Amino acid sequence: MRKMVKVKEHGLKILQGNEACVEGAVAAGCQFFAGYPITPASEIAEYMAHKLPTCHQGTFVQMEDELASISAITAARWGGNKSMTATSGPGFSLMQEGLGYALVTETPTVIVNVQRGGPATGQPTVSSNQDIYQARYGSHGDYELIVLAPASVQEMFDFTVKAFNLSEEFRVPVIVLADEIIGHMREKILIPEEVELLEVESPKHCKEPYRADDRLIPPSVEFFQGHNLIIDGQLHDEKGNRAGHDLEISEKLVERLNHKITQNIDAITDIETYETEEASIILVSYSSVSRSALSAVKKARAKGVAAGWIKVNSVWPFPEKALKELTASAKTVMVPEMNIGKYYREVRGILPDQKVVSVPLVGGKLHKPDDLLALILKEAKACTN
Amino acid sequence: MHELAEKYLRKEALPLLFCPGCGNGQVLNATVRAIDELKVRDDLAAVSGIGCSSWIPVYLDIDVLHTLHGRALAYAQGLKLSRPDKKVIVFTGDGDCGGIGGNHLIHAARRNIDITVVMINNYIYGMTGGQKAPTTPYRSKTKTSPYGNDENPFDVSKVVMAAGGTYVARWTTNQPVQIQKSIQKAITHKGFSFLEIMTQCPVQTGKYIFKNQDPWETMQWYKDRSATKAEDIEKGSDQFLLGEFVEDVEEEFCERIARERDGLC
Ligand SMILES: Cc1ncc(C[n+]2csc(CCOP(=O)(O)OP(=O)(O)O)c2C)c(N)n1
Ligand code: SF4
Ligand SMILES: [Mg+2]
Repeated sequence: MRKMVKVKEHGLKILQGNEACVEGAVAAGCQFFAGYPITPASEIAEYMAHKLPTCHQGTFVQMEDELASISAITAARWGGNKSMTATSGPGFSLMQEGLGYALVTETPTVIVNVQRGGPATGQPTVSSNQDIYQARYGSHGDYELIVLAPASVQEMFDFTVKAFNLSEEFRVPVIVLADEIIGHMREKILIPEEVELLEVESPKHCKEPYRADDRLIPPSVEFFQGHNLIIDGQLHDEKGNRAGHDLEISEKLVERLNHKITQNIDAITDIETYETEEASIILVSYSSVSRSALSAVKKARAKGVAAGWIKVNSVWPFPEKALKELTASAKTVMVPEMNIGKYYREVRGILPDQKVVSVPLVGGKLHKPDDLLALILKEAKACTN
Repeated sequence: MHELAEKYLRKEALPLLFCPGCGNGQVLNATVRAIDELKVRDDLAAVSGIGCSSWIPVYLDIDVLHTLHGRALAYAQGLKLSRPDKKVIVFTGDGDCGGIGGNHLIHAARRNIDITVVMINNYIYGMTGGQKAPTTPYRSKTKTSPYGNDENPFDVSKVVMAAGGTYVARWTTNQPVQIQKSIQKAITHKGFSFLEIMTQCPVQTGKYIFKNQDPWETMQWYKDRSATKAEDIEKGSDQFLLGEFVEDVEEEFCERIARERDGLC
């Protein structure tokens, strides 16, 4: 059931991205935050520590590390609290085993990764998109999950609310893949008077917590409802009993965990476009870089080039069908990103008959609109020659 | 089937995966009796990590979270903080709790969060086939210390006392009644309770450390070396102390959070 819920501190504000993320979480009814400080995500924990305890909204706890943080938020959701954590690079790496546990136990929860540059300690104060694959594949085993990539302070709020709703809807951890630029930037944001929240009803008696409906989603259950649940990280049958040794049951579960996301991709996909119809050059972008990309495309249009812009908000599951349709007219597709050229591989993989160009930048550099414009103009010229 | 087993065990999970003669079954037995005595079934959830001992709660027909190796206490704290009105009991091994999860242990004790921890000390990594644990005695041979252990063992109960646990007790499987009474006390105690139970693992510890796979031999070894009075322990010997070491009253973490939060409104 979707319900409109009032937001206490609504209105027009100037906020930092990390603060907007907290406002979004609070609006979405987050009752539990466990975290460990790390640049450039610390403000989320700090602001949570400030906000959550007031007016009995929920509980903030600073754990001893990120292993504990992801464990605590997962268990808190089984206790019935909507929960979240926030981290960056090294902390996100530490969370991967716990992320897998949340995935296989089908725990709705939200993990924010405010990306820095890596590997290792890397560049604590500098932005990147380097974790784009880690967000999808970081934990071991076969799985699919949902990753949203905000590109503004407003989207830090909106996507955090959305992440809570998607996690409840699909019973899956959802990752908000932010970056240092968005996390630390201050800009105008309109916090709405109400947000739409998904409330999934719990069944009265549940002996099969992993029996899925026709959308492949299991029931919304939690502890202390009299179900006497057994929740296990080992592959399990529909009752929750271990079944890793049973190849048939294991196959069914791994397939369902994956198909639960891929079969419902149309309900998850979120893409924005600008002038893509009949465009011959299209920039496929996400995160902060999408802002430079849009600016470059608008400038190119002003110069008469048939350029178009795509911004992928739901970066995973990979919106293959939607991207194929939206780029159908393009002769050239460019993928600018603040990494060595990773999302590019996915885009190239689905567009074998089009020219797909990687526009990577590493070391923390953000693509400048004029640099992207120059690339577009060069490409346009090459096409007309 | 015994009426308590009938009442409290998750029958579809049976048979127990424990080897014949394993001490884990005795701990399950004492736990069932403690739950029945306290009538806490509906308000109790169990959490465990990975290891043979972490399978103990899987057979309890209550809400159970069987988690990751080392993280039981981190999950247990999240669960407790989300529902401070409920009770949480953790089953964990000497490796799970004192090795890979040692950091969570000291911090949970420091917070004095109201969780009951039952740590099964069998001196070894049982589930993975008999490798050395942080509790393996100096010089003991295991699969990963074939020439004898070069490290000193951890006294995990002492660590918990130093870190701030407010109920700490240690028994061996020779004292099933004391184990049950201590579990009851620990569940009732408001604060971080730690119960170390020294068990026999005839299959791994028996084979590698004691060179005798009769479970009774390990229990006898415990009997010969344990004492309940500190003055009966000879310094430098391999004797160890049993009993209730700490029973303190201090403000519990969830209550402290609630009290301070009330002040903010
Ligand atoms: C991260 C991780 N590392 C290693 C393992 C393998 N593993 C499973 S159980 C175990 C040791 C368990 O020993 P203990 O906690 O003493 O439990 P016991 O089996 O002796 O009761 C290990 C190392 C694992 N499951 N996860
Ligand atoms: S290996 Fe040891 S601890 Fe594990 S079930 Fe067998 S006897 Fe018990
Ligand atoms: Mg052990």
